[in-house]
Amino acid sequence: MEMQNNQDFLAAIQAQFGADVLAHDIAFDILNIEITPSQIHLVIEWLQQHPTLNVNYLTNIAGIHYPESAGREFAVVYQLHSWKNNIRLRIKGYLPKENLHIATVTDLFAGANWMERETYDFFGICFDGHPDLRRILNMEDMDYFPMRKEYVLEDATREDKDDRFFGRNNNEL
Amino acid sequence: MSQELKDIAQNADPANVATINFGPTHPSTHGIFQNILKVDGEKIISSEQTVGYIHRAFEKLAERRPYNQITPITDRLNYCSSPINNIGWEMTVEKLIGVDIPKRVQYMRVIIMELARIADHLICNSVIGVDAGALTSFFYPFSEREKIYELYEELSGARLTTNMGRIGGFERDFTPVFHQKLKSFLKTFPKAFEEFDSMLARNRIFMDRTKGAGPISAERALSYSFSGPNLRAAGVDYDVRAMNPYSSYEDFDFIIPVGVNGDTYDRFMVRQEEIRQSLRIIEQAYQNLPEGDYKADLPDFYLPPKADVYNNMEALIYHFKIVMGETELPVGEVYHAVEGGNGELGYYLISDGGRTPYRLQFRRPCFIYYQAYPEMIKGMPISDAVLTLSSINVIAGELDA
Amino acid sequence: MGKIEELETINGEGYQLTTLDKAIALARANSVWPLPFATSCCGIEFMATMGSAYDLSRFGMERMSFTPRQADLLIVAGTISKKLGPVLKRVYEQMAEPKWVLSVGACACSGGIFDTYSVLQGIDRIIPVDVYVPGCPPRPEQIIEGVMNIHELVKKESSRRRYSDEYKHLMSSYQIEIEQHGDAK
Repeated sequence: MEMQNNQDFLAAIQAQFGADVLAHDIAFDILNIEITPSQIHLVIEWLQQHPTLNVNYLTNIAGIHYPESAGREFAVVYQLHSWKNNIRLRIKGYLPKENLHIATVTDLFAGANWMERETYDFFGICFDGHPDLRRILNMEDMDYFPMRKEYVLEDATREDKDDRFFGRNNNEL
Repeated sequence: MSQELKDIAQNADPANVATINFGPTHPSTHGIFQNILKVDGEKIISSEQTVGYIHRAFEKLAERRPYNQITPITDRLNYCSSPINNIGWEMTVEKLIGVDIPKRVQYMRVIIMELARIADHLICNSVIGVDAGALTSFFYPFSEREKIYELYEELSGARLTTNMGRIGGFERDFTPVFHQKLKSFLKTFPKAFEEFDSMLARNRIFMDRTKGAGPISAERALSYSFSGPNLRAAGVDYDVRAMNPYSSYEDFDFIIPVGVNGDTYDRFMVRQEEIRQSLRIIEQAYQNLPEGDYKADLPDFYLPPKADVYNNMEALIYHFKIVMGETELPVGEVYHAVEGGNGELGYYLISDGGRTPYRLQFRRPCFIYYQAYPEMIKGMPISDAVLTLSSINVIAGELDA
Repeated sequence: MGKIEELETINGEGYQLTTLDKAIALARANSVWPLPFATSCCGIEFMATMGSAYDLSRFGMERMSFTPRQADLLIVAGTISKKLGPVLKRVYEQMAEPKWVLSVGACACSGGIFDTYSVLQGIDRIIPVDVYVPGCPPRPEQIIEGVMNIHELVKKESSRRRYSDEYKHLMSSYQIEIEQHGDAK
């Protein structure tokens, strides 16, 4: 079986999922594809079972917060790796902040379990169908999602550091 | 999972099931993680984990710091082999900027990274011995590690959290003392390592304790996105150094050891063999160390020498811009992976052109494979669970970030 | 029989006269049983201090006690997050008197470089600390110096300290309940 390259992957995915491929580009040798969020589970399943593309490894799941883009505030990025072809690719789905739900991929990759819990813990993105979606790294009773851009790094209740000496007003981030 | 293990779970008499708290402070959890075990007698039926006891918010912290200030944070991920983390981060930034690194720097990086890998595996293997009751085998490798620490100190000034290297190369060339210490290390370490090896590798008691403890099959390991020695012990030879070679690893001749059943003994032996292979790589790199500069020509990121800063206008301006974080960075997303001590350590960097990353995510191998632990210890007695935990080498800094 | 050099005594032919406090304090100082509460990088430096190059056992601290009930010295090495705070406090409360706390590393002393929402900015917010060892991580020599300072404290501590008002006030300021057994005069 000859190895596929980035162009072959792109062509195959576009042929199969045409309308759902919203954007794509190749940067730093990695193919980035944006897919409608509701179809991402289908795309990853298809990629995993495809005989030549054979995407067998889930490297990572990341969440990103873009507060400025209206309607597309949160991104979920799946980094995948096909060993037979030695191709890495990124599948992205953008979610609006009103509806932060996306299907889980724990049925395809067992390792997605904690990766999705971490994304939920940091950003509040809910993965529908996840067996045990709760906070993993922060305390269970925390009531906000710390990696969102509107929250500061430091503990909001600390009293021994004066913001004026750090060049920050209470209004700025 | 075998039928026997399934039977254990189903046939457990509820009256006999006890809930035991394994952690967070326990002599064998090296690092702080809690496992609540349900046991029937000594056999574990199920377990539930709590992590996050050292969550230090690295990813949020990285959004606040200019690129050269993030290197000290990366130290504290897998602190047993911090140079690998540092150099991986520097390579990520270099990938974003798009700069060619001189061959000498690449070979120097390989030497340092393999030394770090040896240090990491020595801790893991000696600690497996401690948890099996062999305390003497803990002291022998630790005095060898002191030699590695001395080598780090020659180059970066620190023993453990090294902040090694700069974007573009190293802060100084290998000093004459470094050369002398490295030569004596390469001469004395193999013998000391074989002494350590002879204490445990074919030791009847150790083998009986560790064979069959905490196995995982290759399919399950792949599904859990394992990488590193744990995956190789299950029989899959995936190594980032061979799959996506970086920093001239393709020039070196080394084998990738794999195990058979993914149990504790296989993990121990894979790490032992990897130490030997790392030593081979260091010898090859050191003998063929090319001449050249110890840094790339990167005035926008690499601080100029202090004498120039005081005498030369351009050097002064560069110095100012670098320290104040006024350098312009390209916009883009980059993912770079290196083979850390525990597996594929990845950096997913999104830059918006500003002085700090927009989003930096660390793909931490320990976090990802620790979720398989309940499956690995199902049906095992508690003593095997303890050994499995120390053999998968969970480093708390990398687990929680 | 030889003379115990470190003890302040009145010496005579074949005997040394000293107070019970001093004799007990000397015995305690030379046989401290530590509880290494090692969370992160400082824990590895602590392990190196226990190793043969720096050898903490020459100071009598060879026997690590991982159960708080039998430990004298709580060595907190590494970052303590807010999630771990109650665990640390529980471990401290379970230790039997007399007990000392050595805070190793910048993270345990003051939060270190991690001024974030999840890290406790110093363990002295929840338990009383006796000796602070700064550093990130501190070299083994610095950890040994911290340990020797603890030994100085141990040698000087009165065996009636736990009944003193100052001690009770200290514990109540941390909201730590202390048990009183026997006569508390």
